[in-house]
Amino acid sequence: MLEIPKEKLLWIYETMVKIREHEERVAELFAQGKIPGFVHLYIGEEAVATGVMAHLRKEDFITSTHRGHGHFIAKGGNIKASMAELFGKATGICKGKGGSMHIADLDVGELGANGIVGGGIPHAVGAALGIKLNGLDNVAVAFFGDGASNQQNFHEAINLAAIWKLPVVFVCENNLYQISLPYSKQQAIKSVAERAVAYGIPGVSVDGQDVFAVYEVAKEAIERARNGEGPTIIEAKTYRYRGHFEGDPQIYRSKEEIEWWKNNKDPITIFEKTVLEKGLLTKEELDAVREKVKKEIEEAIKFAEESPWPKPEELLEDVFSTPTKGVLVWQW
Amino acid sequence: MAVVREITFAQALNEALDYEMSKDPKVVVMGEDVGQYGGIFGVTKGLLEKYGEERVKDTPIAESGFIGTGVGAAASGLLRPVVELMFIDFLGVAYDQIYNQAAKIRYMFGGKAKIPIVIRTVSGAGASAAAQHSQSLHALFVHVPGLKVVYPSTPYDAKGLLISSIEDDDPVVFIEHKMLYGVKGPVPEEPYSIPLGEADIKKEGKDVTVVATALMVYRALEVAEKLEEEGISVEVIDPRSLVPLDEETILNSIKKTGRLVIVDEAYPRCSFATDIAALAVSKAFDSLKAPVKLVTAPSTPVPFSPALEKEWVPSTEKIETAIREVL
Repeated sequence: MLEIPKEKLLWIYETMVKIREHEERVAELFAQGKIPGFVHLYIGEEAVATGVMAHLRKEDFITSTHRGHGHFIAKGGNIKASMAELFGKATGICKGKGGSMHIADLDVGELGANGIVGGGIPHAVGAALGIKLNGLDNVAVAFFGDGASNQQNFHEAINLAAIWKLPVVFVCENNLYQISLPYSKQQAIKSVAERAVAYGIPGVSVDGQDVFAVYEVAKEAIERARNGEGPTIIEAKTYRYRGHFEGDPQIYRSKEEIEWWKNNKDPITIFEKTVLEKGLLTKEELDAVREKVKKEIEEAIKFAEESPWPKPEELLEDVFSTPTKGVLVWQW
Repeated sequence: MAVVREITFAQALNEALDYEMSKDPKVVVMGEDVGQYGGIFGVTKGLLEKYGEERVKDTPIAESGFIGTGVGAAASGLLRPVVELMFIDFLGVAYDQIYNQAAKIRYMFGGKAKIPIVIRTVSGAGASAAAQHSQSLHALFVHVPGLKVVYPSTPYDAKGLLISSIEDDDPVVFIEHKMLYGVKGPVPEEPYSIPLGEADIKKEGKDVTVVATALMVYRALEVAEKLEEEGISVEVIDPRSLVPLDEETILNSIKKTGRLVIVDEAYPRCSFATDIAALAVSKAFDSLKAPVKLVTAPSTPVPFSPALEKEWVPSTEKIETAIREVL
């Protein structure tokens, strides 16, 4: 295991717990009818976003998926503003115009969750092209699921990144189900990482429930990208505890299977066990983090609940940025 | 008076690209065969030699991938890509990146993002290129909020509008009719811009308004000149940018003439022509002295045979008939 500074260990723990706590509370709020629309929760997959984002700077870019809350939190997004967004409030990070599936924060390099499976993968490649042409040493990371790895955007974008040797890392969160279709029925290969061969770039599969393992492979891939050595595909084998969306009846998998993952492969439990056994962090330190996080999430919920709804006139704003002559937003 | 030199539509576009690339290092050109080959219609000729492989990027035939890359590059704030979609007909393989991503990112992000991308693409029948290389699909872009859509007819307009499009912070679909690339016209050597959203009255008249796009502007003008000899005065309006639309110029003309013919080389249903017709009857109904007439292609795929294709594209005869019917 790599040597990880204590400060970073605490950040990793705080981030994973924050994602878990955030998502558990969102599930409750959704069930209570306070959050409209669809929500796709990241519970169970916390180690992937956290292990990767541990190596990113604010200036680095990410693109995200339907299941984007975890990426947003790990990239350092403002949780009050994102919670307000989930509620559809005017104070939301997207002023109530994006919602759960479009959580974005350009201020921290989060180029957006995406409602279209695989839609964001080329955007990371574009950001990486911008980085390279501007002579910067930043990187872009595209997060996507196993389902997206069958999409044209996956193949076309990775091919472009490979031929142009761009500073981008492709992180597949293989949570074993493309909505209801199990991985074994989507692809004839054992690992999405095997596809890297087809693009002449490295591909590595990692236990996505072990944040230390993710941290290690991500470190190498991101360093390669920063050093101008081109893209890597990382496949993190992971598991979502919740359905594809809240309200998913989950007829495609058994309760036993879900329980097995929770009992044997929980990323937060694995982390806690490791740091306590090795004496890297104390129980008190961990408890303090949990308490701090709970408070932060409750504050965000309070902020969201108390925030005003967007005004009707805001409907017509934010379509275009450059005003021009002629009619831009049509209304009869 | 100084004689303004005449260059082709393709050369005018090339000058706009050259100027923008020389002015702003963030402007990059990407697409299939845009580099050494200079674009299949020659629009990007010489740019590779001048600006190098980093800024003039030949891409694999992967339209969704490279247009999406352009969208991400624009959203990151690091580049202003001009991406070439070789034929508008290939829209289908890349449409998600245009209508779901480029067009919506700014709105979905609550106005935080700017997406300064120009998607240049090639439209139109007349080259016997058959049903998958000849369509006029501009309505599919006009329909989607968040896209600006430019469709010029003259070399002068092409240069000025492409400069404005590249300097615009929103996604612009810039459509070039393939039968216009070789058309010559006066174009100043120095750079200039034409604001998006300003229609051009190509010919003033008082008896009937003809709104026409791209190649159809020339056909409408040909008919207008012919009718002039009979004392029929036709006003020809070229909207130039379909989004934003210069509603004012079109409505003022209808109010003046009381008659409207719309000529558009596209399928008729839910089209630019029906859109302008709806505008006229919604906002200038009291001025209309006759029913609005539409001259469009029929609802069939574009045929290959020159004999059939000629029948498919709106002809001067059909335009003339429509004008006579409303008089």
